[in-house]
Amino acid sequence: MAVQTIFPVTRIHEPLRVDVEVQNGKIVDAWLGAHLFRGMENMLQGRDPRDAALFTQRICGICSSAHAIAASMAQQQAFGVVPTPAGQLLTNLIFAADIIQNNLRHFYVLVLYDYVKGPDMPPYTPRPQADFRLPPKVNDELLRHAQEAALKAVRAHEAMAVFGAKAPLQQSIIPTGITERASVERLMAYSAILQEVTDWVEKYFINDVMTIGEYYQDYYHIGAGYGNFFSVGMFPSPVTGERAFKPGLVVNKGQVEPLDVNYFVEEIRYSWYKDDAGRRPPAQGVTNPDADKPEAYSWVKAPRYREMPLECGPLARGFINGDYRRGVSVMDRLVARAQETLKICKLAQGFLNEIVPNSPSYQPYTPPDAGSGVGLTDAMRGVLGHWMEYKRNKVTHYQVLTPTTWNFSPRDSRGIRGPVEQALIGTPVAEGAGLVEAGRVVRSFDPCFTCAVHMLEK
Amino acid sequence: MLTRREFLKLCMSAVLTTSLTDQLAPIMRQAFAESKLTKPPVIWLELGSCTGNSISLDNAVNPNLNQVLADMLDMRYNWLLNAAQGQQAVQALVDTVEKEAGNFWLVVEGSVMTADNGRYNNIFMRDNQMVTGLAAVREFAPKAKYIVAVGTCACFGGPSAAYPNQGGAKGVWEVIKQPVINVPGCPINPDWVTGTFSHLIMYGIPELDGYNRPKMFFGQTIHDLCQRRQQFEDGIFASFPGESGCLFKVGCKGPVTHADCPKRQWNHYVNWPVKAGAPCIGCANPGFPDSSMPFYNHLPDLQTPLGALNVKKFGLAAAGLGAAAVGAHLVTGVVAKRVGKNWLDGTVPKESEPPENLEQLKQELDDLIRQQNALISESKTLARVKAKRKLPKTFRQKVVDFFRPGQKHRR
Ligand code: SF4
Ligand code: SF4
Repeated sequence: MAVQTIFPVTRIHEPLRVDVEVQNGKIVDAWLGAHLFRGMENMLQGRDPRDAALFTQRICGICSSAHAIAASMAQQQAFGVVPTPAGQLLTNLIFAADIIQNNLRHFYVLVLYDYVKGPDMPPYTPRPQADFRLPPKVNDELLRHAQEAALKAVRAHEAMAVFGAKAPLQQSIIPTGITERASVERLMAYSAILQEVTDWVEKYFINDVMTIGEYYQDYYHIGAGYGNFFSVGMFPSPVTGERAFKPGLVVNKGQVEPLDVNYFVEEIRYSWYKDDAGRRPPAQGVTNPDADKPEAYSWVKAPRYREMPLECGPLARGFINGDYRRGVSVMDRLVARAQETLKICKLAQGFLNEIVPNSPSYQPYTPPDAGSGVGLTDAMRGVLGHWMEYKRNKVTHYQVLTPTTWNFSPRDSRGIRGPVEQALIGTPVAEGAGLVEAGRVVRSFDPCFTCAVHMLEK
Repeated sequence: MLTRREFLKLCMSAVLTTSLTDQLAPIMRQAFAESKLTKPPVIWLELGSCTGNSISLDNAVNPNLNQVLADMLDMRYNWLLNAAQGQQAVQALVDTVEKEAGNFWLVVEGSVMTADNGRYNNIFMRDNQMVTGLAAVREFAPKAKYIVAVGTCACFGGPSAAYPNQGGAKGVWEVIKQPVINVPGCPINPDWVTGTFSHLIMYGIPELDGYNRPKMFFGQTIHDLCQRRQQFEDGIFASFPGESGCLFKVGCKGPVTHADCPKRQWNHYVNWPVKAGAPCIGCANPGFPDSSMPFYNHLPDLQTPLGALNVKKFGLAAAGLGAAAVGAHLVTGVVAKRVGKNWLDGTVPKESEPPENLEQLKQELDDLIRQQNALISESKTLARVKAKRKLPKTFRQKVVDFFRPGQKHRR
């Protein structure tokens, strides 16, 4: 019995430490530790509630627009305003472009080098002693596609900037819509880029993922986890408010059930925080860092839904919306993400068609003195929630619950592993390969700790 | 190879049609091909950050990030890109520091977390010991050839250091003794980074301002270059973000922000905040975000011994007393913390302010005075023609706006 450590896990965002116990060539236990604490929620205290969307984007530069959107939803509730129809659609367009960008980069920049031999130069060398299985021709072709994919991701960010002013960290989203206009020229500029990116995703992205799946068939059986999924949906329609991706809950790969966010709690037994309560719903969370806590091994708290650890992200959305239900594994996560990218390209085309050019993209408003609101949307990696309360134009409570917190949760107070810890169990590891297999499992979740490690507030 | 002068001209060109990075790529490629230059080995550390700067740098096209790597840098350690993980990656890092001492560049993204001796941010494990970002920066900096801070967090603490800053986030130059080249922005514009890197490779350290920012990109204010500037001069102000008119009254921090967004723009000339109706939030400033918040409130009245001066009357007073006198007076006031570092109504209690860089402040104040003088001279012309009662509407509006306290927006 030996515990082996990867720190840092590379090609993810921010410091993650993975410890695994290996027996007879298989992982039998796992611990995930996030190693950065910034305390962003505490920073929101006392600030102007109108600033939430711009400020909280700074939590994460990869999925910035998701934070802007969750914050603006919380603002809408707190201020008692709604976006104009064009405002909602334009916000959806900004978000769609950002997700497309994220998914392309996740696969072609971060995941690819787990399966494909990169060029013979740093940072692709040194290369892990892994079982690289692709024939040289296929390998080269995928590397070529990776170069093109990088350019398509750039183009997707250009589309985001058409209405978002810049990308990443857009600047135009406000509670009633966006500040940029829905002029014919801008709509056409977005449309042209979208067309180009859609074609590429359709032609190459999904195929490339499937190709890797062919050569790495075993990864359709590795990294299963609990099979508990949830989503709060995304892309609300301006008229009905109905979301293009539905919310829902799936327990152990079963039927889709309704989700009730009132069952969210966070526990901290194994996290570097002190709090006598030990578990709290997000609306009452507290964050007192305690780096000396003996049992703790992560800055991430352990969110649970009625005692259950839940997985979120594209595969969860695939299950809930009936788009992808092949199975639960490393490869299924990658394929579901690629397929979802195409679905989002097509949805964006629909949003574009719905917008009446030059119709008002926002409505001026004056926020009331006090208010509170909750903003829930799925982000690229899964479920994102913002809780805001303010009095006399100053924020009194702000809390963010992010996707990576759910997926990369440490153990809870009963010692139950988080979803990725569980997914690592049973993964075969080869001697001397530096735990490359564990890295593959971890990366299939698209981890991003920038957002995960500052749960908290008051 | 370009002469340095030609290079600067290229960087600062007012009529850019393709991104700077696009234009630099072939030049760099050729220089490397002729072996006039060598690629510097680079260690890229990511500390307390949101990864937004790496993502933004990914948005440089042609070269895209891969080409930047292949063409300009020898990227030895960058955990967003390293194929290796864990121990193997750390070994590459340690080897580079040892074998390339005095030669490698240390690039830092994100702020240094200093609370609890840096323990809020471990970044790798060596010989079974966790190493903090703080320790790594202090260990590697003395051996590096250049140290470059990329993004406002690495430069000045940035959003990671927003009040109350429990993690003790600081800019790199606050924790080491070696000089640091600061390339701020939240996130950086990719051109600012590729331009700075190119200059370092071809000609060494570029000319820097008082905050160690390359002057070729941060030498002018957003306001100096802004396309809405004429509307500012004409007194046409938006009363809500998104409207046409200068965005000053809805929070634009362009007058106090040094960066070239208006001419460089973002994502290949697609857009930039003011063009999109969104006020500049001053993300490239030291003190961002605290000194810029509330984002949608305009620059506040300055408390001076002359009484409250709003930004416009500031200029008027300057004219009355002589700009130099007021400038000197205010700078003294600033140093005495009467105006304070956070002269915007931020959320940080006023006492915890580190001393300001005098040169920089003088420059910012001078800029303001100069800008306001333009308005005053026009209003004087206005006064002269007033008798004729034939003022064009915008002029009349301008006078009304000029003497009205900023909070009341013109509808
Ligand atoms: S205040 Fe802002 S919008 Fe107005 S001219 Fe200056 S930079 Fe442009
Ligand atoms: S316009 Fe201002 S806020 Fe926007 S990116 Fe440039 S410096 Fe930052």
